[in-house]
Amino acid sequence: MFKYFEPNKIFAITSRAPKYVLFLFIVILTIGLTEALILSPEDYKQSDAVRIMYVHVPAAWISLGIFSSLGLLSLGSFIFKNKNFALISKSLAPAGFVFNIIALVTGSIWGKPTWGTWWAWDARITSMLILALFYGMYLLAWKIYEDKEQVIKVTSMIAILGVINVPIIKYSVDWWNTLHQPPSISILSNNSIHVSMLIPLAIMTAAFALFSLLIFLMKYNTELIKIKNKGLNRL
Amino acid sequence: MIDKLILMNGYGAYVWSAFSFTLISFVTLYFVTKLQLSKEQKKFVVKFGSLNVEKARVARSQNSNREILLNTSKI
Repeated sequence: MFKYFEPNKIFAITSRAPKYVLFLFIVILTIGLTEALILSPEDYKQSDAVRIMYVHVPAAWISLGIFSSLGLLSLGSFIFKNKNFALISKSLAPAGFVFNIIALVTGSIWGKPTWGTWWAWDARITSMLILALFYGMYLLAWKIYEDKEQVIKVTSMIAILGVINVPIIKYSVDWWNTLHQPPSISILSNNSIHVSMLIPLAIMTAAFALFSLLIFLMKYNTELIKIKNKGLNRL
Repeated sequence: MIDKLILMNGYGAYVWSAFSFTLISFVTLYFVTKLQLSKEQKKFVVKFGSLNVEKARVARSQNSNREILLNTSKI
């Protein structure tokens, strides 16, 4: 099955896709920003400060999603000995790291008017900071180690260890008393968020997902061309 | 209308700084990634140009190599 996803076979798609993804991202982001900043209502308690949610929550979701993918792909790389998994993980990580930083910074900005503080060592915030450290270690390992086999092993270990933190982040608001409110959106039960706020949140999440796809494709193409450059040396 | 959008009931500084930080991060990440990609594409073209006729023919026979050359000409 994996032969269909070999870099050489999908390169024709991955090399042409970024321009279409970029166009779609700009369109969706424009709609999302209009909804988030102008059309969506203010909150009865938080007033307009609630609009920070439209960048903070999607950024946190995407950074968690990407790290979960890193964990799964690293496990796949161990089991199936498929180097393309490591290449995909390496290309996904920068976008995940930036989204993690965005979630931390915008969360801090949101914390000031809502809780009266920029930072608190609360379970959700601390576990998100730990995730940023795992992302940092993961990206740093790719820079430090030169041996291909070794770097795949080390980065896979970091991703698999770090993925333990993902359910901790998710359930931190249920397991501990934190400043964060319990989840407002659930797939299995009714949402406590009004549809007028859910729509801009969904559009912004789609825009952020498209941006991470765009960065992933560009990084993946960069990595493939690096390999092709080495291939030219061997001719 | 514009005043309300800028001031956001006194939360404008927080809201606009959060959105600005996000957009600046996006633009920076996009251009850093694009720069890295362009650098590798240029390196590929230089290496490809230094190949002799036979090696260039072999390299050109691979679809992915042709694709890189095709995309690089559009940079």
